[in-house]
Amino acid sequence: MSIIVSNLTKKYGEQLALNNISFEIPKGQIVGFLGPNGAGKSTTMKILTCYLPQSSGIAKVCGFDTIENPIEVKTKIGYLPESNPLYKDMYVKEFLTYVAKVFKLDNPNARVAEMLGMTGLTKEQDKKIHQLSKGYKQRVGIAQAMIHNPEVLILDEPTSGLDPNQLDEIRKLIIKIGKEKTVMLSTHIMQEVEAMCERVIIINKGEIVADNTAKNIKNLGRKEAVIKVEFSEKLSLDNLPNISKIENEGNIYHIYLKDTQIDIRQDIFQLAVSQNSSILSMSVEEKDLEIVFKELTNK
Amino acid sequence: MKSVFFREINSFFSSMIGFLAMGFFILITGLVLWFFPEYNVLNSGYSTLDSFFSLAPILFLFIIPAITMRLFSEEKQLGTLEWIFTKPISEKEILLGKFFASLFLIFVALIPTLIYYFSIYQLGYPKGNIDNGGVVGSYFGLFLLASAFCSIGIFCSSLTANQIVAFILAAVVCAFLFWGFDLVSSFKFLEGSSLDYFIKNLGISYHYDSISRGVLDTRDLIYFISISFLFLYLSFFQLEKRKI
Repeated sequence: MSIIVSNLTKKYGEQLALNNISFEIPKGQIVGFLGPNGAGKSTTMKILTCYLPQSSGIAKVCGFDTIENPIEVKTKIGYLPESNPLYKDMYVKEFLTYVAKVFKLDNPNARVAEMLGMTGLTKEQDKKIHQLSKGYKQRVGIAQAMIHNPEVLILDEPTSGLDPNQLDEIRKLIIKIGKEKTVMLSTHIMQEVEAMCERVIIINKGEIVADNTAKNIKNLGRKEAVIKVEFSEKLSLDNLPNISKIENEGNIYHIYLKDTQIDIRQDIFQLAVSQNSSILSMSVEEKDLEIVFKELTNK
Repeated sequence: MKSVFFREINSFFSSMIGFLAMGFFILITGLVLWFFPEYNVLNSGYSTLDSFFSLAPILFLFIIPAITMRLFSEEKQLGTLEWIFTKPISEKEILLGKFFASLFLIFVALIPTLIYYFSIYQLGYPKGNIDNGGVVGSYFGLFLLASAFCSIGIFCSSLTANQIVAFILAAVVCAFLFWGFDLVSSFKFLEGSSLDYFIKNLGISYHYDSISRGVLDTRDLIYFISISFLFLYLSFFQLEKRKI
């Protein structure tokens, strides 16, 4: 196991930020850590990176305890904090060399050159960090997190504030990294989780409300399936089996089914034929992750 | 520690703070010692560096807080302090790296002032007629005073994310430690009691003057080292506070 968290609780004074959460992440998995703002995502990450101590419970990274062996934990983890803090008046290369030296790497210059190549920063290496665009700054953030070749990467909202092109590039970079490493990333953007993560942990008010594969989570909480059909003319659908309700706007009908397992598309087709109407379009609407997220975190 | 030390040194000289502080120090001391008629050595006729050594602490009151104000405040504001705490480097190493970097800058600023010493040495009649013991002691005292001021500046910087607040706070604390106890001890009602001597003893200027005479008293040494340690320890406590 790369990350083991058991019965972790964190209090800020009286305020309970994490309430007895437990999860394990095996090596090589990309896990999305989802939740509304203030749910405890960053707190969990800060405990795992030894920035804050927990109030109770155990957090382990690659077998090392965050309280007893912080130095070992810190060398196993690459961390990109929320809002990506960087020394703005340093040059890209200078900064990465500094990070390499903090980690006491044997051959800092070679490793810096390697990271510059990997994150596509070679051309920008002699610019000051404050001159870079947000996307490039994010790459510097990822480069500093990976410079010591850590086993575990913890990325706190790695894609916030990026434009769609930059978003795509950073996602590709994370997926590339995720093939060899354990990655834990937090976000509140649903598409991101669907695009990158194998597994999703949803956290709300300091508690884990769901922990499953991205696919399974989508079906979670789904009590009914919806079929959206557009007919050429209005018609009566009362004779269809297994229906809970029907809504229509003009010729577009939303048919809600009682059971998600039964397929009634053939019945709909025959009904349309029998009433001399034709089907212009028909689709089964899947409940997306966003709706599940809202349902789970609005309790 | 080495990595933090060199980063800070680089940062001093890439952001002009280093050059500005050193330039300002050398310019003002040079002007006072050689140029302005009221104070300069040539007019006074005595081959001493006394006016330099009484001016330098006053300049340090401004220069050292200006050097140290950004050390932690800036990192707090950028968020890099949180970032560096997640790296395999201890708070102690970060603190000492920054402390020695600022002290090194002061050390470098003091080197060119040796020219003043050699000039006066050459100008003395007979040549070399200068109180060497006093000069060595004064340089030593000045350096110890700088180390106390640096640790005070670092502590003030660790208190706030606002550099200006850190600067003013450090200047006030340094000024109080330098003169404050002296002024308090001069109240009439304290006169004659052993209390006024005790209060005077708490101030920096008392110990600085004592070292300047060229006598290296361990009490003065211990005083300066304790002040430096005290404020470094308070800064350490300030950095550790998040864990409580």
